Amino acid sequence: MRLQLALKDALVGAVVAALLFVPLVALRTDVGSTGALTLRYRWTDAAILIGLVFIGRLALVLWMGRDGLRPSTSAGPWTLRLQRLGKLAAPAFLAVALVLPAIPGIDRYWLDLGILVLTYVMLGWGLNIVVGLAGLLDLGYVAFYAVGAYSYALLAQYFGLSFWVCLPLAGVLAAFWGILLGFPVLRLRGDYLAIVTLAFGEIIRVVLLNWVSLTGGPNGISGIPRPSFFGLPFSMAGGEGTFAGFFGLEPSSTHRVIFLYYLILALALLTNWVTIRLRRQPLGRAWEALREDEIACRALGINVTVTKLTAFALGAMFGGFAGAFFATRQAFISPESFTFIESAIILAIVVLGGLGSQIGVAIAALALIGGTEIFRDLQEWRMLVFGGAMVVIMVLRPRGLVGTRTPSIALGKRRAIDGKLVGEGHG
Amino acid sequence: MSRPILEVQGLTMRFGGLTAVSGVSFAARSGEITALIGPNGAGKTTLFNCVTGFYRPSEGIIRLHKPGEPPTELQRLAGHRIARAGVARTFQNIRLFPGMTALENLLIAQHNRLMASTGWGIGAVLGLSGYPRAERQAVELAKRWLTATDLMDRADDPAGALPYGQQRRLEIARAMCTEPALLCLDEPAAGLNPRESDELARLLLDIRAEGTSILLIEHDMGVVMRISDRVVVLDHGVLIADGTPAEVRRNAKVIAAYLGEDEEEVAAADDRRAMPQASAAGLNRSGSNP
Repeated sequence: MRLQLALKDALVGAVVAALLFVPLVALRTDVGSTGALTLRYRWTDAAILIGLVFIGRLALVLWMGRDGLRPSTSAGPWTLRLQRLGKLAAPAFLAVALVLPAIPGIDRYWLDLGILVLTYVMLGWGLNIVVGLAGLLDLGYVAFYAVGAYSYALLAQYFGLSFWVCLPLAGVLAAFWGILLGFPVLRLRGDYLAIVTLAFGEIIRVVLLNWVSLTGGPNGISGIPRPSFFGLPFSMAGGEGTFAGFFGLEPSSTHRVIFLYYLILALALLTNWVTIRLRRQPLGRAWEALREDEIACRALGINVTVTKLTAFALGAMFGGFAGAFFATRQAFISPESFTFIESAIILAIVVLGGLGSQIGVAIAALALIGGTEIFRDLQEWRMLVFGGAMVVIMVLRPRGLVGTRTPSIALGKRRAIDGKLVGEGHG
Repeated sequence: MSRPILEVQGLTMRFGGLTAVSGVSFAARSGEITALIGPNGAGKTTLFNCVTGFYRPSEGIIRLHKPGEPPTELQRLAGHRIARAGVARTFQNIRLFPGMTALENLLIAQHNRLMASTGWGIGAVLGLSGYPRAERQAVELAKRWLTATDLMDRADDPAGALPYGQQRRLEIARAMCTEPALLCLDEPAAGLNPRESDELARLLLDIRAEGTSILLIEHDMGVVMRISDRVVVLDHGVLIADGTPAEVRRNAKVIAAYLGEDEEEVAAADDRRAMPQASAAGLNRSGSNP
């Protein structure tokens, strides 16, 4: 009986897969030797994929039954175990992050990857304030990242200011733009807010692209000063007044990479620390209340506009910090680095991690950014793995990896709140 | 006790061509429970939304008289300032923060006082302000209202997981945590069983005893007649009666509004000075708003 059901189910799955994979995989156009397009058939590849779907569905139904896999927002058996581990997991992650440069076998490639992941962790945590806590869907977060990056680049270029002066300035400027954007758009809700923030992200990029006299347009800005170790530059020459010379070390190019790594780690931890503290205070609670029910907030005397603006400004500020870091790390920025896909990736990190969950966002950033990097060898299949993983997570955990909410205060023991009850915000 | 806490003068609310409330004037007295009743669609909730700042009235004045302070004209205030002026409300369809615990719900109600203690939010992040002390006080106030509404053992449960009756009580507790001078309740007894209604009535009398005046919309005439000091009756957006429960119960216009009699019959009923019992039955007949 079950076998029959499983076979039927698997067959349906295979038909759907065939409809998808025959046009997408089996038929491929290539540029021929004469420059004309030629059609190439890849029936084996498509057959393998369809076969995989058939066997996978068959095994799944036979093993777990038809309804074995259900979407869940609550703490499943493995999340419960993870949560018990969670008390250990967060410090463990932190410990690994702290000693990473000292671990033998970690070379420059891994450090660069670490920097990249941490940048996205920080951006994810920054956007988490806006999307996860305050429930405002922001599709243009990359705009603030760009504002931060260009603030540092331009201030350094035109006024010769150092990174340490520009870092707070970049944050302040990004927050300022956050408020400027916030004022007109925060009365919009849901889809409308999403569209306007999306447009804002594009406007910033288009302005950067076209204001050639200031930003260099598509050529970007190069020669952005690298950061110094509190005034001591990293230089291969060594000698007095450089980092290596001052500490009596052999000059090495990894010093700067290690320094950049710790810098972004510190910035990310700052974001995390501020968010965690604010969540337990009136402002953070008001953000979450706003996500739950805006009208009730108004009836309780909470100034909805100001509260939304603080969330927007704070999220933007951390985006600005990350942008300034990005500029000093790359030493070159151009509008190409700030396209919509960046916003989408950051948002995907927040959504996959679980709205409002700090550890979930960190894990999602690690999986999404680190994962795609590790699967680089798979080349064109990389995005398929990426997309497949995302679909699986969204099917099984519609509220992200950590779908539960931890109360900010409790008389007794803090118990996680089921994601079903927690609002997602209406913009 | 005759000093008014809330004074409504010539209040009119129009939605396009529809006049939902037309020239209503009444006063709710300080330290009393004033009930606002009327058949479905009489304009009660519209009037309520004007008082609590969710609508801006087309015409008229709504004045709040807090003891020892100059009167505040509520119709001029921005929505969120009404609560700060001392008017708290609950909603016909409960609006708690379902994903937050009962305790968190009550702390959000004290947002403004707590926020003031955090030094623009920055001081508390750095641990420099007097916030911990303010939070302890806020938790104490929350505990007091949790005890008063018999929800102490549910303090750490998410509001959305509470049974209906407890959610109603939690919403009242949350409104009281803003420390209002006037508490506005929109059908607090809707959907409650008789025992829960009795508990609610007792809770409201306790709140009145502590000095908070209450304005309530209610369809459960048992509750209204038992606890109200004064009853205001609306029909088709017009005030048709204003008096003690006993007076209102005898008022021919009120009986007509609830039983749907036409004017000649009302006049006839007036002549005969008839049927106090029937009127009570008539009042009881009306169901709750959808």
